[in-house]
Amino acid sequence: MTNLSKDVGYVENIKKSREKKSFEKHQKEKKNILVSWKKAFRKNWELYVLLTPVILYFLIFHYFPLYGLQIAFKDFIATKGITGSPWVGFKHFERFFDSYYFWRLIKNTLGIGIFTLAVSFPIPIILALMLNEIKSLRYKKFVQTVIYAPHFLSTVVVVGMLLLFLKTDGLVNQIIQLFGGSPISFITEPAWFKSLYVFSDVWQTMGWSSIIYIAALAAVDPAQHEAAMIDGASKFQRIIHINIPAIMPTIVILFILNAGSVMAVGFEKVFLMQNDLNMSTSDVISTFVYRSGILEAQYSFSAAVGLFNSLINFIMLIMVNQIAKKVNETSLW
Amino acid sequence: MRESKTDRAFNIFNYVFLAIVALLVIYPLIFVLSASLSNPENVISGDMWLWPKEFTLDAYEKVFQNKDIINGFINTLKYTIFGTILNVVMTILAAYPLSRKDLKGRGFIMAFIVFTIFFSGGLIPTYLLIRDLGMLNTFWVMIIPNAVAVWNIIIMRTFFQSIPHELEESAMIDGAGNFRILWSIVLPLSFPVIAVMVLFYSVGHWNSYFQALIYLQDQEKFPLQLILRQILIQGQTDDMIKATSESFLAQQLSVEGLKYAVLIVANLPMLMLYPFLQRYFVKGVMIGSLKG
Repeated sequence: MTNLSKDVGYVENIKKSREKKSFEKHQKEKKNILVSWKKAFRKNWELYVLLTPVILYFLIFHYFPLYGLQIAFKDFIATKGITGSPWVGFKHFERFFDSYYFWRLIKNTLGIGIFTLAVSFPIPIILALMLNEIKSLRYKKFVQTVIYAPHFLSTVVVVGMLLLFLKTDGLVNQIIQLFGGSPISFITEPAWFKSLYVFSDVWQTMGWSSIIYIAALAAVDPAQHEAAMIDGASKFQRIIHINIPAIMPTIVILFILNAGSVMAVGFEKVFLMQNDLNMSTSDVISTFVYRSGILEAQYSFSAAVGLFNSLINFIMLIMVNQIAKKVNETSLW
Repeated sequence: MRESKTDRAFNIFNYVFLAIVALLVIYPLIFVLSASLSNPENVISGDMWLWPKEFTLDAYEKVFQNKDIINGFINTLKYTIFGTILNVVMTILAAYPLSRKDLKGRGFIMAFIVFTIFFSGGLIPTYLLIRDLGMLNTFWVMIIPNAVAVWNIIIMRTFFQSIPHELEESAMIDGAGNFRILWSIVLPLSFPVIAVMVLFYSVGHWNSYFQALIYLQDQEKFPLQLILRQILIQGQTDDMIKATSESFLAQQLSVEGLKYAVLIVANLPMLMLYPFLQRYFVKGVMIGSLKG
């Protein structure tokens, strides 16, 4: 009996001392974290000094506007500031959904986005596959040098060229007339806007976008091609069965990124190509935000429109990524 | 191995197809160059289609006599030089510490920065911030709000990580501090990536018009791209030629030639730098894609 109680007491003692130890250990760990941070800071304080301006920059110019985004749910009054302005809930969103422009903007933004994706996305892939088959290095280099060049032109220059070539007495209409057609007013005709936007985009970006695929193709193992050639596979068959599968992961990743941004039609080029006559097909969300926000100073309303657009973009990105994961087992995350 | 018939057909098609693509890309550029050097009459009538006809430098003379263009050119040069310096310095400041595996809190800081790719306040809150900071219509607004690009931080960080860590360690043993290591060991080894950054950022500054459109109001502060927009897209060429004593028709013709010349002048630095640009830009894309 006494032995037993002794034993129990002994066990309890051990338990207690263990608990005490673990408590001490915990305290120590806490201390250790502090100490290790202190140590890390003492050792690398210069690195944190270097990072300070960068962190300040991101806080001020990227995180503060995120905080300012709350004006989308408020009636922004300049004298009261962002925090002091009264909350109004979804008023601005509702006004946007009910507005005359809503469906026109959605239709144009989505239309341009999908058209761009359908045309601008596959062309660089085809270009890279074809360039990869060129044996003469000099010819390859020459073609690459030429097709990369438009990437370095500014949007203003590209649109300026477009206008010069496509005006009623411009180069393109001269050619049309040469073949007996009658001149077309491309610039002011709403039906032409999307095609002009997309094909000038292809002209400017196809070469540059092909670089990443050319790099991926360079990594294909030549032994695969040799084996296929011995089996009598033609060049075309080898492209289909070796090269395309080899660059598939790259294609999928870029497709996710591109498809995720179909509603994020950029402002710069659309804005420059816009005129009073083609507004019905050229007005997109970003240009609408610029007009109502910057020019008409409806800050809260246009912040709401902008927020709506970024939300859609984010949802699209997640959706496309999810689909790609299921179908192809390649995804961004 | 001998080529089969289908392979030969494929090859011929391939060469011809790429030649056509290259032609389609380069023809508009050659046309602009030739048109800028021709008598505008030949351009309008369609007689000039490849090489300059009735060679003349009139249009260039008019371009260089134009105060707005010269002023815009100088402004753009200013924004590009100072903007790029700030960009590159900030990129190094961010990328070097983040490339060090022994930096505590590295993952968190990286996430803090990358987060801003996916979530941003958008145009209006940013505009209000810039306005409240009193930066509207100042030199600074062209430089500070875009002080660093996340994607470039990632590229540079990837490059720094490829430098053997033993070099830094041995310097540490010799008693060099982190500043010293960055300055005398890492940076001298990083010339290629710094060149890539300088080119990425400076081409961006040279070609951008959005910042200026949103934040600048005074014509004297406008960069070249905004002046170009006025001339090429809004057709504001009146005051450029009204000063001359030409007839109305002649004036119309000068405008035509002038537009082509302006296009060339605006791209002059790019044209001259193109061989470098191409080499280093491609390199930059490769470094970036290794990570992605």
